[in-house]
Amino acid sequence: MEGFYDWFRWLYDATGINLTIIYDAFDRKRMISGFWMTVRLCLICIALSVAIGVVGAWLQGSRLKWTRRGVQTFIALFRDTPPLVQIYFFYFGLGALLPRVENAYGIPEPVLTNVQWAVLSLSLFAGAFNVEIFRSGIEAVPKATVEAAEALGYSRLRAYIHVVLPLAFRICLPALNNNIVNLVKTTTLAYAIAVPEMLYVAKQIWSDATNVPEMMVFLLLAYVFLVGWVVWVMGRIERALKVPGIGL
Amino acid sequence: MKVLPVILRPAPAPWRAPVLDRRHGLFLALGLVLAVGAAEAQGAAAAHPSVLATLWRWTPLLMEGFVFNIAISLLAMAIGTVMGVLLGLGQVAPSAALRRVAWFLTQFFRNAPWLVLLFFAMFLLPFEVRVGGVTIPLPGWLKATIGFSLPVMANTAEIVRGAIQSIPFGQWEAAESLAFSRRRTLWMIILPQCVKRMLPPWMNLYSLVTMATVLASVVGVTEMLTLVSEVHAAEGGRAELLAPLYGYALICFFLYCYPIGRLTVHLERRFQVRI
Repeated sequence: MEGFYDWFRWLYDATGINLTIIYDAFDRKRMISGFWMTVRLCLICIALSVAIGVVGAWLQGSRLKWTRRGVQTFIALFRDTPPLVQIYFFYFGLGALLPRVENAYGIPEPVLTNVQWAVLSLSLFAGAFNVEIFRSGIEAVPKATVEAAEALGYSRLRAYIHVVLPLAFRICLPALNNNIVNLVKTTTLAYAIAVPEMLYVAKQIWSDATNVPEMMVFLLLAYVFLVGWVVWVMGRIERALKVPGIGL
Repeated sequence: MKVLPVILRPAPAPWRAPVLDRRHGLFLALGLVLAVGAAEAQGAAAAHPSVLATLWRWTPLLMEGFVFNIAISLLAMAIGTVMGVLLGLGQVAPSAALRRVAWFLTQFFRNAPWLVLLFFAMFLLPFEVRVGGVTIPLPGWLKATIGFSLPVMANTAEIVRGAIQSIPFGQWEAAESLAFSRRRTLWMIILPQCVKRMLPPWMNLYSLVTMATVLASVVGVTEMLTLVSEVHAAEGGRAELLAPLYGYALICFFLYCYPIGRLTVHLERRFQVRI
């Protein structure tokens, strides 16, 4: 392994390409932890946003007018406002209004950390899109299917869980795919509230080692890799869930 | 209408002006009142001026910032669209090498996060360029605009490619049989039909760009969000002012982007492809 690192030191001396994230143990550790922070952020936000989408789409089909309107307003508000301002609003605005709690040492600290606020606001942002996506999927499920489920004695909730959702999920996978890729890219915004994810770490490293172009190219490649990985996983899921005769 | 989708096409819904419904106004007002009320309750003890008065006092400055955001978004959209159309046409070019290069550029800029591309533009573009003997300065906001136009370019290219490929291939053949050259087919037959299909996703993209312009504050360009935090500092940095101030910014963007979104949905329905 030392020889490998030495080669990159030699590369720096010979060409000026300074990849500290490979040969410098401290930068390497920082970048790896930043990468995992991004991955964690992505996975948690994807799970939460899909949950918000499923629940929201169910509520949108509700018989109560005000429930439907509430969901509609939630979607409109989160879709048509900048995600960065949402994050600021949550973290700085609401965070300041919440009471502080004392930690084990008796020092007051905020109820939610910046990572938790980032997860919350990013999930709500992506969730608003997911509600729309799931709703369009649910609308594409033939009405006769729901009626057949009703005739078999399913309640609205159980028909939704066992009949409508599995079909709708398959129909809206491509759109969901798109939104998840978008979410992965949006996690960079957590940089603005100092969540130590990849962009934040990269900025720290290029401030120390002044290797902006190298880190930039690395970041772009890393995100292309991450997005490619997500697309691959979603493609696998799509193929695994395929039911002959259903879908496009 | 659900039963016989093939025979009976529902008439497109009549066009309603993309106004905010009363309920949206209600919810917005409720949110603002809650935020203001909470701030008011904390500020009342210290005898600060009311939050609404503060917001009102700074509105001219904040609006100036907001207009700047809109200007950046329009410029980025213009640059990105011109480059994107060229890139999109490159993706359907007869030359395989050109197609591959255009495809790669599109995918690269489409899959990179906006903020990373913005950093890319801010740090790697020079602060001035020399063309011949003339030195053209590149201020921060212009570099940010270029940074925004890169993803716009890639997304527009995808929209153009998709629209061109959605036109039935028979039209190309029919034009060829009428002795149209390739360029004339593209300009006189294919692209005019594409415009209709490209408009809704293109408008969607515009609203995305508008919402992305606030990212410029992260890399040090003075726009609305920067002004918001400056206003906050000028008002003594009271923590309870943050929620109303950022809420104010949210509402500005909402009022601008929501009608665009409604118009997009309407156009989408109206231009639905009938085969």
